[in-house]
Amino acid sequence: MTEQSKRCDLKLAWLYGARMNIYGDRGNIIALTQRARWRGLDPVVVEIGIGEPIPDDVDIFFFGGGQDQEQITVSRDLAGAKGEAINRAVDNGAAMLSICGGYQLLGHEYRPYGAEPLPGIGLFDVTSEAGSERFIGNVVVESDEWGSLVGFENHSGLTWLGGGATPMGKVSIGRGNNGKDGTEGVRYRNAIGCYLHGALLPKNPKLADWLIAAGARRRHGTDAALDGLSDTMEQTAHRSAVRRAEQMR
Amino acid sequence: MKKSDRQASRPDPRLSAALMLAKGVARGIQVAGRGGGTSAPGLVADRVDARLLTKLTDRLDHGVVTVAGTNGKTTTSRMIADLLEAGGMKPVHNRSGSNLVRGVISAFASQARLDGDPGGDAGVIEADEAALPELLERVAPRVLLLNNLFRDQLDRYGELDTIARKWRPAIERLGPETTIVVNADDPTLVSLTTGIAARVVRFGFDEEGHRLESLSHASDAAACLVCGADLAWHALYVSHLGDWYCPSCDNRRPDLDAVGSNIQLHGVESLGMTVRDSDDNHAIHVGVPGVYNAYNVLAAVTVGRVMDVPMPTIISSMAAFRSAFGRIERVTYRDRALTLALVKNPVGFNEVLRMLTASTGGLEVPTLIAINDLHADGRDVSWLWDVDFELLADGEGMLATTGIRGADMANRLKYAGVAEDRLTPLSEEFESSLDAFVEQIPSGESGYILPTYTAMLRIRKILADRGAVESFWKQ
Repeated sequence: MTEQSKRCDLKLAWLYGARMNIYGDRGNIIALTQRARWRGLDPVVVEIGIGEPIPDDVDIFFFGGGQDQEQITVSRDLAGAKGEAINRAVDNGAAMLSICGGYQLLGHEYRPYGAEPLPGIGLFDVTSEAGSERFIGNVVVESDEWGSLVGFENHSGLTWLGGGATPMGKVSIGRGNNGKDGTEGVRYRNAIGCYLHGALLPKNPKLADWLIAAGARRRHGTDAALDGLSDTMEQTAHRSAVRRAEQMR
Repeated sequence: MKKSDRQASRPDPRLSAALMLAKGVARGIQVAGRGGGTSAPGLVADRVDARLLTKLTDRLDHGVVTVAGTNGKTTTSRMIADLLEAGGMKPVHNRSGSNLVRGVISAFASQARLDGDPGGDAGVIEADEAALPELLERVAPRVLLLNNLFRDQLDRYGELDTIARKWRPAIERLGPETTIVVNADDPTLVSLTTGIAARVVRFGFDEEGHRLESLSHASDAAACLVCGADLAWHALYVSHLGDWYCPSCDNRRPDLDAVGSNIQLHGVESLGMTVRDSDDNHAIHVGVPGVYNAYNVLAAVTVGRVMDVPMPTIISSMAAFRSAFGRIERVTYRDRALTLALVKNPVGFNEVLRMLTASTGGLEVPTLIAINDLHADGRDVSWLWDVDFELLADGEGMLATTGIRGADMANRLKYAGVAEDRLTPLSEEFESSLDAFVEQIPSGESGYILPTYTAMLRIRKILADRGAVESFWKQ
């Protein structure tokens, strides 16, 4: 077992965990590490703070949302080498889950009201701007690859997909990227950006496993399928959240 | 001349009409059996006389104490009302904890006489975070208590920065006739009370035991509000509250006017502590548990001193204090000793878990966690992932879950590493879940129930209907 866990380790990078940690998004880190451990993997989580470089062997990135002030600091820190390192890692197969503020900063830019645009790193072909209405509520998204996804949105930023961008899915309940075009989130290679809190991965285990599989593939170069897990609690939580979204729509 | 002589003598038909209407609506609601009826009377009264609250509180000789903060408002304002009463005053208080503007108006209208006599000579207003600016506009308090500011129900209140931004102008408008009693262990509150016109009295801990090793995940306010660097702590007590300083500039916790130390915790029952003010050390014992309540005790005692209540009176009043309903409550039901503790947000939940696991290092007592996602609970249950449930992975105690989002809670516990054979997910429905839970506790032994706000109301109602607790609007 130790032999195997050494061989099968998995490196997670939590971008700005100390500052971008709002709305329970660390539940995604907990889900990724626990589900990896339950398969005998030995995941390591490194937090990348302001001024700290991106290690070149990250398998899975997580980038959550933060308060406005933090967002400005983080945008500055991402400019240049750090943003380039993230782009390069994703182009080489690294997995990424980004949510809300993190999602916005991975697009081309975020345009606040009456202030200078915050530049993003352009990983996703999306652009975000401040909106006048705050979208708050349960969200259900239908996706081709991960089935139905359920979460909770709480954002006033509006995100618009560029011509080459693929959404994560279609909103069936809730507002999604911008409340207009029916899309939610974006997907590029093994990277995902979206507005789903909840936390997202613990009750959408299929998406969690897709990220873990991509990360494991990057590290080990093989396409070994992950062992199945008993997801009764996860599925029950998923169904009850969908039911709640239907009641509250 | 006393304020009341000056003003109550002059009839105010508009005020009287508003009061009459409010009382009528409240009576109607009670006749209809709708329970407390806490906001509708305020709504109608406000339409008739928008200055009702200002007029009534102007007539209170000893002025008003307004209590604000994320956690401990209800408990602390009850302590304050009790010690004002012990000091010979007659407080008017929104005691049932209805703390939005309309709820406060309802409470004050119900206690006033139709001629505009407020029905007492001192006011205690528990203020919701979002309602504080408007309440300060209507009532300039003699004392404003700022107890703490934590991450709470982000779908309702917004982020911590947002609350602080809304509070700042309201606090800056207060003049020197207001004394702000502030928890100096909270860097955000210190920033809000620096360089203002109001008089400021600061309290905090200087405590050797009961320190946290590191900032918990749920902590906000980790950055210096002067220069933006990460703050550091000489000692950390609850979430980000402690003896803080900035390593990069000279921002630090200011000198304290009232100091809490030597805290002794007695399980889920009570606590003792030493309070040092300008002249002396005072030993205080109160029937509320946990480090977080030690802050509430210190806050209430400090407010009592500012309100000129003598220390011996404060000490005896605190010794007689009974916990606010549902916050911490012990009931005997079907021969089981149940302790109910309200959980509202990550910091509050962490502190309750810390209290429950303090003596054994793990959770040994059967526990029912009841999570709802109605408006008053916060519709977003994401906050459960900010709570350190990993503490519960140690121990043998059974963990049951219920409530509208009980399934999310059960899943959270699974991911916290709680062994699945300790997990008992029960139905969303409280009646059956409560029965199923109680049956798993051996007769004569204890259990914990940890509900969110609306879950607490429902569970309490069930227990009241079955004769185990009093109904709350009778308190």
